[in-house]
Amino acid sequence: MEHFALWLGAFLTLGILSFLYKDNAWYKLSEAVFVGISAGFWFATLFWDNLVGKFWDGKGEEPMLWVGAALGLLMLFRLLPKVGWLSRWPLAFIVGATSGLWLMNYLASNIMSQVQATILPVFSSGFGAGFDADLATIVGNLVIFVGTFTGLVYFFFSKEHKGVFGGAARVGIFFIMITFGASFGYTVMSRMSLLIGRIDFLLGDWLGMIG
Amino acid sequence: MTTRTKEIIALVAVALFVVIFYIRKVAGRGAIEFPTWLSMLVILLILASLLWILVLTIRGRLIERRVVFLYVGIAVALPLFMSLTQKISVSPEVKQLYDAIVELPEGSKVLLSFDYDPPSAPELQPMAESIIRLCLQRDLKLIIMGLWPQGPQQANLALEKVFDDEDIAAKNLQYGVDYVNLGFQSGNEFVIQRMGGSFQSMFQSDYEGTRYEDIPLVRNVRNFSNVDFSVNFSAGFPGTVEWVQIAVDRFGLDLGAGNTAVQAPQMYVYLNAGQLNGLLGGMSGAAEFEDVADYRAKGTKFMLSQSFAHAVAIAFILIGNVAFFMSGRKSRLKGD
Amino acid sequence: MRREIPLIITAVVGIIFVIQYFIPHWPFSKMSDWFSDWFSIVAACAIILGALNLMKLSFLKVYDRKEGWGYAAVIIITFFLMAIVGIAGGRDFRNPGTSFDWLYNYVYIPLSATMFAILAFFVASASYRAFRARNFEATLLLVAAFFVMIGRVPVGYTLSSFMPEGWQLSNLATWVMTIPQAAGQRAIMIGIGLGIVSTSLRIILGLERSHIGGGK
Repeated sequence: MEHFALWLGAFLTLGILSFLYKDNAWYKLSEAVFVGISAGFWFATLFWDNLVGKFWDGKGEEPMLWVGAALGLLMLFRLLPKVGWLSRWPLAFIVGATSGLWLMNYLASNIMSQVQATILPVFSSGFGAGFDADLATIVGNLVIFVGTFTGLVYFFFSKEHKGVFGGAARVGIFFIMITFGASFGYTVMSRMSLLIGRIDFLLGDWLGMIG
Repeated sequence: MTTRTKEIIALVAVALFVVIFYIRKVAGRGAIEFPTWLSMLVILLILASLLWILVLTIRGRLIERRVVFLYVGIAVALPLFMSLTQKISVSPEVKQLYDAIVELPEGSKVLLSFDYDPPSAPELQPMAESIIRLCLQRDLKLIIMGLWPQGPQQANLALEKVFDDEDIAAKNLQYGVDYVNLGFQSGNEFVIQRMGGSFQSMFQSDYEGTRYEDIPLVRNVRNFSNVDFSVNFSAGFPGTVEWVQIAVDRFGLDLGAGNTAVQAPQMYVYLNAGQLNGLLGGMSGAAEFEDVADYRAKGTKFMLSQSFAHAVAIAFILIGNVAFFMSGRKSRLKGD
Repeated sequence: MRREIPLIITAVVGIIFVIQYFIPHWPFSKMSDWFSDWFSIVAACAIILGALNLMKLSFLKVYDRKEGWGYAAVIIITFFLMAIVGIAGGRDFRNPGTSFDWLYNYVYIPLSATMFAILAFFVASASYRAFRARNFEATLLLVAAFFVMIGRVPVGYTLSSFMPEGWQLSNLATWVMTIPQAAGQRAIMIGIGLGIVSTSLRIILGLERSHIGGGK
């Protein structure tokens, strides 16, 4: 059985990789299997972990859970054209909940905490510590402050980027370019890592060519 | 010879190659390892061919994309046969995560959230295995969960791998006492929000259906305040961002993170602001953690391929740019 | 009322979540707990809806014998195979040795992992053909990418091992990531955060109604 399993895995892997040569039936078959298996995986997992877990294991003890069940059922009405409008209610609930949560979370974590972390003492290792920072810390704190500030200046499009303001925006672009370059480098790293994993399966687990 | 004929010949050749090596494997023949001289020869040949591609590109012919694909495949595959060793330099953020785990007293509860799926496993699975191994070595208790449906299964694969280790196997760890897998819950960040009040409200039972209150390890774990440290393995949404926004900033959880390389650059902002206590970024982060934890596994094994792959990617970018500058900005390169 | 009720639901739920951030006590804490539980259930049903919709479209394709109907049939067969194996497997459906686990390890993992792995080829090919240092900004982007790509792998240490401690490529890559990259990333994060806050406010106040959809 293990032989069959390895050959099946390799067949499907090579089917997807065959797309590199050109689109073909082998790739399309592998892709169709992927779509069906993924949907089935999610279906089975959600059935046991969420629905059975809440309403059977938890015995549905919390009565308000059944309101959630009703909303969930309304979601499925989307499949029926005549009563599909009822699915707007659970959708509105999802959008409202996400908006409410994100409004506060992003305000606190992604704005206020970040602003606080940017306003750093230049010559100290911490507030109230005196002039004890080494050169690396001084340069680092300055660069962070200048980079964050000028980056934000660049994104302010309500004022024309001219003069001192324009100069600051230009410096901001430089920092943003460094950010994008680092992101590109890491993206290449990530994609190559995924490929290494697959090649390891083909040459190692399947063909036994590598240890 | 028509293209169709060439394709059939190529397919037959690949099929023969595959059958021969599979039979070789079944017959018990070991792995192939290049001697050092062969490894250096291969490297020189690749460099020479890249120089030839540079010459071609300067002359005005962009090489076909399938040739680029071939080079990427070679750059990733051939180093797996080489036995060249490289020194790994450990980043401060990786050391920070290691120190955070090592400083935990025996019996501390560590929450591990597996928020990734198989595509991200080459990067995150080695991290997960190293961290689980380190935690179990130091007699820490593990509470495993996932915000992605595949997460808990990936966790089980990591546990299986770690339990193969003789030192860990000798500890005779018990499920439900030393570690537990609570499984997956849909709801993204709302799961974290709810766990802030009560873990049991989200996980009425564990991965196998045992009721929460019947599991010794977690029956007294009400919420994040009963957890000593947490590590999140994240490949996207929901993931580290949501854990930082809710569990760290609202509920004060001490959190370290392991991220795919695509996501890692964004996490440096949280690391810089003190919202993260350590960060592993991509496969290199995994290799660095294996180095500092003194546990050589897949992360370390794959770094040679990673180095070659990066070098080839940089070479192609440089070749394209050298040709661009030498041929003048106004002339157009002839493509295929 | 078909449009008004959803807007009211959005507003009430959104406001409750905002209030419970500042007043994490009864009744707002209880209400946010309920809403979080409901979100989990509705999210599960949304995904199930997606799967059922996929089946509906596939069935129609097979029934009408449209182009590629064979592949649609494969989708249907594999969906039911995985779903039935999973549901029939009972609570232990995922344990090692089960049919579901076998399908996960030898069908799902190879397919999903390879789908993303082929992106490595396209990244290299696209970089070769299109990545040009046409101006200073693009050059800066390239240089930062090179520093990170070389500094983050062992070959970076090998190439710069002769440099003094703290000045090797790996140290420079770490500095680039933790200082200038983090600064630019933070500016982007704050900008996006401001956008999300304002859009969320607009949605809660009913100024943004696109999620309700068109029609009556």
